[in-house]
Amino acid sequence: MKPGTISWGLLFPIAFTLAFMVRRGGLTPWLAPGMVSLSIFFGSTSMSAMSIVFERRIGSFERLLLYPASYTCVALGKTLSSFFMGILSSLPVLALIFIILKNSIVINPVLLVIALITTTFLSSSFGVLMSFLVKDPSQVMVVFNLIRFPMMFLSDILIPASSMPQALIPIMLLQPLTYITELLRYSITSYYDLVPPTISLIVTIVSSLILIITTGYIIEKQRP
Amino acid sequence: MVSIHRTDISMTGNLMRSNSQCIIVIKELTKDYYNIRAVDHISFCIRKGEIFGFLGPNGAGKTTTVRMLVGLTRITFGEAFICGYDVVRDYRRVRELIGVVPDASNMYSDLTCMENLIFSAKMYRIPRNKRRNKAEELLKFFGLWKYRNTKFKYLSKGLKRRLTIAASLVHDPKVLFLDEPTTGLDVMGRRALWKKLLILRDNGITIFLTTHNVHEAFQLSDRVAIINKGKIVAIGSPSELQRKFSVREVLEISFYPNDIGPSDLYNFVDGAIRVNRKNDHLEIILQDEIRVLKGLLEFAKKTNHSITMIRLRGADAEDLFIRIIGEENA
Repeated sequence: MKPGTISWGLLFPIAFTLAFMVRRGGLTPWLAPGMVSLSIFFGSTSMSAMSIVFERRIGSFERLLLYPASYTCVALGKTLSSFFMGILSSLPVLALIFIILKNSIVINPVLLVIALITTTFLSSSFGVLMSFLVKDPSQVMVVFNLIRFPMMFLSDILIPASSMPQALIPIMLLQPLTYITELLRYSITSYYDLVPPTISLIVTIVSSLILIITTGYIIEKQRP
Repeated sequence: MVSIHRTDISMTGNLMRSNSQCIIVIKELTKDYYNIRAVDHISFCIRKGEIFGFLGPNGAGKTTTVRMLVGLTRITFGEAFICGYDVVRDYRRVRELIGVVPDASNMYSDLTCMENLIFSAKMYRIPRNKRRNKAEELLKFFGLWKYRNTKFKYLSKGLKRRLTIAASLVHDPKVLFLDEPTTGLDVMGRRALWKKLLILRDNGITIFLTTHNVHEAFQLSDRVAIINKGKIVAIGSPSELQRKFSVREVLEISFYPNDIGPSDLYNFVDGAIRVNRKNDHLEIILQDEIRVLKGLLEFAKKTNHSITMIRLRGADAEDLFIRIIGEENA
């Protein structure tokens, strides 16, 4: 695991969650699912960012392209490796939430497992796609953070959709982190802010597939 | 100066028509990078079970050709077939049939030799119960057995090269592409690798070997194609090429004072193909030795230099290569 993956993928979400815990008002049930989606999003995208960009730089990604697999299959394989990292980085945050909020949240365990799998998959496929748009390993985290932080503030991780300016709602609905957070929120608190869980689930699954197919296409077209 | 540029692809055409043993067929293969033509309508065929040397100076288009054949670079024009499969349309099937060793060793640095081979075997869908045996067999064949638990990143350059070749053989490919396999290896490492390649050839694997090392191409290959500026300028067995482009002799000469460069002689040695400086003397590849000798004597007289050494020797593969690719690339 590269230092960038550890710092941005594991430590940052935990530090963020701890920061909310120690502030006045603490970690609320509304805020907690956002911390899980943040850990999934940063964990999986950091993994894909570091591994793919480095592999492309040192040439081992080309070795992968020489195996008898389709480009979509390569994209899927890379998504799965980021998926495991996303799940891994969500576990400490989930544990903290269970310990602190066990009396004030209503968890739907089946839906939580489904939500964790689908949202981590969407987050990973998004990270993998993004990784093919960056070439220089030294700039990868800068570029990723330029995209991830606005996404974080333009989803309902930190600010409820009801408190957002109306003009920003369409932008919220255009980006995957909103659906990731909404689905996790419903599975942890039985409450959703903006998008019903069925819609979130469908959007999450369909978006993942679209992103993986698009990544396969990009891999093929990026060959010189 | 006489510069020779001969395009000899007639042999290629005949071969493609007459030989049904071709395992690789390349037709009019072309690659443009923006407005630069890296490979220019090359056509040839490679016979089953031969070592085919693909020789050319740096930037001639060797690596681009290999990358097009293995699907890492898109083809601008033309087509290529490996074992009858189109390298573009049937790329997945082609990849099952080929092994590729790129110019840089690119195995996974944090995996051991054994793990890297098992991973490769997995990727080629080799049954689980056969993966370890195959990996062991290859580790032993390439003299890597005692490094089986060593991570790739801790191996020497030569060992990394061997492991990269081993990984490309894990699925018993029909064709092995080797891009500059001995670059950076010492003499011992190079010789050891050559020996292994000859054994692989004897076991029926067709080897496509790109190199800029003339001796390597001529010593190892059953046939050699010489590429220059994206075009095939000669193709044939080493002995055919030597016959066809025979360079009779090379004249080695030194002057006193020893301040003469190749350019100083240009106006005097028009019976030469090329003049090179080599250590403390000049080397003149001859076409018409009488004219060259006359010119040298005239030069020495006019410039008040004395000839301290003069020696004739037979031309080697390097001289032949220089003659074939012409003056401006040598």
